[in-house]
Amino acid sequence: MSERAQRLIEYADDELILGWRDSEWTGIAPSLEEDVAFSSIAQNEIGHARALYELAARDLGTTADVLAFDRDPSEYRCAPLVELRKLDWAHTIARHWLYETADELRLQALKESDDEEVAGLAAKMDREEVYHRLHAQMWADRLRDEPRFREAVDELWPYAPAVVDENLRPTLAKRLNLPSDTLSLGERGDHSDELRELWEEMTMVRRSVPGATW
Amino acid sequence: MVTAEQVWDALAEIPDPEIPVVSLVDLGVVKGVHVDGDSVRVEFTPTFLGCPALEVMRGAMEDKVRELGAEPHVDVVLDDSWSTDRITPAGREKLRASGFAPPAPRKAQPLQLVELQRGFRCPYCGSTDTALENLFGPTPCRSVRYCNACRQPFEQFKTI
Repeated sequence: MSERAQRLIEYADDELILGWRDSEWTGIAPSLEEDVAFSSIAQNEIGHARALYELAARDLGTTADVLAFDRDPSEYRCAPLVELRKLDWAHTIARHWLYETADELRLQALKESDDEEVAGLAAKMDREEVYHRLHAQMWADRLRDEPRFREAVDELWPYAPAVVDENLRPTLAKRLNLPSDTLSLGERGDHSDELRELWEEMTMVRRSVPGATW
Repeated sequence: MVTAEQVWDALAEIPDPEIPVVSLVDLGVVKGVHVDGDSVRVEFTPTFLGCPALEVMRGAMEDKVRELGAEPHVDVVLDDSWSTDRITPAGREKLRASGFAPPAPRKAQPLQLVELQRGFRCPYCGSTDTALENLFGPTPCRSVRYCNACRQPFEQFKTI
């Protein structure tokens, strides 16, 4: 597999799995506004995953659905941060803020890529991601002094550096005002049982009738 | 043989699947039409990547081209060519008339939360005494606002 396809799939896996986690708030978020917000953010992230898989699929002669759903969980290349099942508001906002800040650095780098297709798609995604960042920052500001939120940030921060390349990690720590000497808890492709559980649910319908068209 | 102009006119008849007051041409998602004999290539630049209406739009464009007796090829362009600035003046007016505040023009600087919070015009009563209720709405392209003057919630097309 080309390095380009590999990198596209890594990014797509992050957005697909996080989009799935965000969608777990649909119907049960603490307020109607947040129910709508997380459902909408999930929809955007999964839309981004689809576009990224489509570019990779063109290179590999396959389809976005095959890449998204027909791999074994061990083959997913997402960062550990996105797969953790954290159905509590402090952790959800902590992850949202950490991920969106990291994602901004990643998008910035991709927008300057020499690969015009990748740079163009990154710029398009960034238009939508602006709203995710505004939402994440609004909540991070609101919860800044809440002990539960601080604890959630401290717990999840070691998972966040793996979202970006090594050269961007010091900038990420600085941007978030978090310690840059944190030992990273896992790298891209390291998985917990939580990913397998998510995958079982996410691919259940597709696996029930292989090859069906919907 | 079909002409590019006929194709544009036909595509202008397709309503947006979610906001049917505007057409796909009003929305600016048709980037180009290229006719080569009986084959018509339409360059389709999607709005929001997660929009569930994209497949419906694509199918509707293919049907319209077939009705003209030509073979459609709808190419989805995943570049950065669509922004809300592509919505035509007629499209913006149709949005407003049906209760959607049209998107604000894009600025060179990054968007700030504070500028989204106040001051947008209510599509019902015209007051600018309105407040942001939610950055997100029932579809990826909409935010929810509230008009303090006529006490009516309304939706606004997000600027992207």
